[in-house]
Amino acid sequence: MSLVFVIPGALRELAGGRDEIRVKGAATTIAAALSLLWAQCPGIRDRVITELGEVRPHVNIFVDGEDIRYAGGLDAPVHDGSEIFLLPAISGGSGPGARHARVRRTAPAGPDQLR
Amino acid sequence: MPVTRHITPRTGDVVLLVGTMKGAFILRADARRRDWEAGGPYFPGHAVYALACDTRAGRHRLWAGPNSMHWGGMLRSSDDFGQTWTNAVDANVKFPEGAGAALKQIWQIVPGRQAEPDTLYCGVEPAAVFVSRDAGDTWALVEGLWNHPHRARWQPGGGGLCLHTILLDPERPGQIRVALSTGGMYVTEDGGTTWRPSNTGVRADFLPDKHPEFGQCVHKVVQATGRPDRMFLQNHWGLYRSDDRGETWTDIANGVPSDFGFGMAIHPENPDCAWIVPLESDEFRCTPEGKLRVYRTRDAGGRWDALADGLPQDGAYETVLRDALAVDSLATPGVYFGTRSGKLFGSPDEGETWSRLADGLPPVIAVKTVVV
Repeated sequence: MSLVFVIPGALRELAGGRDEIRVKGAATTIAAALSLLWAQCPGIRDRVITELGEVRPHVNIFVDGEDIRYAGGLDAPVHDGSEIFLLPAISGGSGPGARHARVRRTAPAGPDQLR
Repeated sequence: MPVTRHITPRTGDVVLLVGTMKGAFILRADARRRDWEAGGPYFPGHAVYALACDTRAGRHRLWAGPNSMHWGGMLRSSDDFGQTWTNAVDANVKFPEGAGAALKQIWQIVPGRQAEPDTLYCGVEPAAVFVSRDAGDTWALVEGLWNHPHRARWQPGGGGLCLHTILLDPERPGQIRVALSTGGMYVTEDGGTTWRPSNTGVRADFLPDKHPEFGQCVHKVVQATGRPDRMFLQNHWGLYRSDDRGETWTDIANGVPSDFGFGMAIHPENPDCAWIVPLESDEFRCTPEGKLRVYRTRDAGGRWDALADGLPQDGAYETVLRDALAVDSLATPGVYFGTRSGKLFGSPDEGETWSRLADGLPPVIAVKTVVV
């Protein structure tokens, strides 16, 4: 199966400058999908997940437009072709990019523009 | 993204490392300390509570602990005064599996002693110390403090449960003192394996027992380099001196408008001389009477004199936080502080006269100095 991660501006340095990472492998949950991403871009892991294995409180992960917090957390399902956004939460300030991130295909503004 | 301006300090310059809620800045001036050049912002958007310069072993290595609300924090270093910074793949300061904690903030970075040039310490929230023995490449939790039975009863202050002060005894290699809010001061005499509280005489006005063994909300502690039995302590209500390396503390709030405050700095040579910036109260954490005044003692706390020449004295309701007051190491020490309103002040003459070095910065939370 194939999954696409959309990488926010602040983390692209850790993704070789790419705004999108395509991963291949078996995953039925977002936790397993993230492990595939860490294998390609290990530096992103500690920016997204705490030492306790939890998604940082001001990071949002959307799978096919759904916030995983309302879809089972790290057990939220993924499917072949799923599109996964890693996004800074709006909590740091205002920014139209984040507001529309659930439905826009284009990666939103970097976090510095969202504060 | 803002455009970052860089500076290039020269030998003999005084450098100020300024941490703010939205990034760090670096200022330089020659030894006259009259004309300042500023660089930054570094880590725009990140809160930078901790900054240090490691000058051991021929280095001029800056350390910073930028923290992103979104992406967390880690230690980053620069060998070219901020033009480039490391960006570790894995977070270099993090709690080990099984500790049951996640890093919230890096509060303090302290290079080790000259005899151990690859050792560094950092203090973090939740209250803990990490140590590196390989010049900052890898860090380990100091388990002796983390596993202290008192830890379950430490409580977060207004800034969180932060370990904000690390003092390496200049004469006794095994002794390290730390202070945390809220828990008080602790000392180890065996390099970090065992720790005991060291708060005798320090009040805890917010507890039923005003003189507990631990649990004080210590805001900052300083230790004299040349006479390390002399220490000063700024408490959450209370201003203290110790002449026995912190074993006992004596109230020295003589002539200050308030004994509440955060920042505290000690003279690099004179153990009787220290500076503070009193704030009115914990309810109103602003400079009393709308006057921005630094207070200095030259007799170990027998009296404190207001220093206000060049500082605003009308409607100046300012706040100076615990790491935002610093003293340089020149023969006539310069004194520097930043405010939560984004002003940075400096004095080239021990606080006798002041000038505004910067204004309009994000809220200042850390000021450190180094002579390069």
